[in-house]
Amino acid sequence: MADPIHQFEIVNLFPLGKIGSTEIQFTNSALFMVVAVAVTGLLMLGTTSGRQLVPGRLQAMAEVTYEFVADMIRSTAGEEGMRFFPLVFSLFCFILFANVIGIVPYTFTVTSHIVVTASLALLVFFTVIVYGLYSHGLGFFRLFVPHGIPGYILPFVVLIEIVSFLSRPISHSVRLFANMLAGHITLKVFAGFVAGLGGALGLVGWVGGTLPLIMVIALTALELLVAFLQAYVFTLLACIYLSDALHPGH
Amino acid sequence: MAPNAHDRDDRPAEEADLSARLQRLGEKLDRHRESITPGDASAPRSGPRFAGFARGFRLSSELVAGVIVGAVIGWSLDHWLGISPWGMIIFLLVGFAAGVVNVMRAAGVVPDPGAKDRDA
Repeated sequence: MADPIHQFEIVNLFPLGKIGSTEIQFTNSALFMVVAVAVTGLLMLGTTSGRQLVPGRLQAMAEVTYEFVADMIRSTAGEEGMRFFPLVFSLFCFILFANVIGIVPYTFTVTSHIVVTASLALLVFFTVIVYGLYSHGLGFFRLFVPHGIPGYILPFVVLIEIVSFLSRPISHSVRLFANMLAGHITLKVFAGFVAGLGGALGLVGWVGGTLPLIMVIALTALELLVAFLQAYVFTLLACIYLSDALHPGH
Repeated sequence: MAPNAHDRDDRPAEEADLSARLQRLGEKLDRHRESITPGDASAPRSGPRFAGFARGFRLSSELVAGVIVGAVIGWSLDHWLGISPWGMIIFLLVGFAAGVVNVMRAAGVVPDPGAKDRDA
């Protein structure tokens, strides 16, 4: 049976150069990141260059994406949150396209590696800290001091708040990574059953193989949903975290 | 001469017209935004079953993340200050508490620290 983990293997395609003694390789992961960025860029540039008052299909898609992300920011971070629109929109498009492209057979799912999702989550995390300190100065640390807490347990609560704040990038990145990883492994295992049954048992196998095949079809649909849902959840949480940088509590 | 003078007269009128149109558009957009209920955008556009799946996954990862961060901080303090096992014991408990706070916040039982600002 096919190895379900094999699909996540990083393959070096060609070397780009050297930094110190570390070789920088252009990998299949990098290739599909470039593909995701290129698809997003083409969609956005291609649909907004020849824009019309009555949008065509592709233009409508770009406009719906814009509206979707803009509404998400407005409902979580308020109107001031729109200054983070470029970051949030790029995050959403990159993750969405990386996820969706990953469903196509023979492609590589960039977001199934924790290195990628952790980098994205840390980007949001440090943006929150840097922007929070920049705009509120030390007042940003009020984020860790909830009001209405009696003085004697305040140090303990602050400690918990700090640990809770530090745990954000972990839960933020693990959620996307684990969902994509688990989904793709499940898909591969069931697809392996189809080939295994058909190859080993002859006619009975072919008939039996239709059952996991139906499962694979259903799972592919589910994966498509998960691809969108996880991109949505990741961006929504990014918005919620960024809104803390805009208004750290009193 | 006559068309030129006509042009000059027209320009401010055109600008006024344009700004009036912009204002009308702004008002329309505001009305449109108001007409959309806030709950609309925050709910994922999918069946309740998969939304529940995503929610469950979110809650579990929040709890685990808190415990992991607590464990890492505790272990590092033990390592650097040589106070083993006290750092681990205390910070694992603090991490667990933080994980529970995360979960309650994610579930909407406790408001976010910034939530009051947002509602006002």
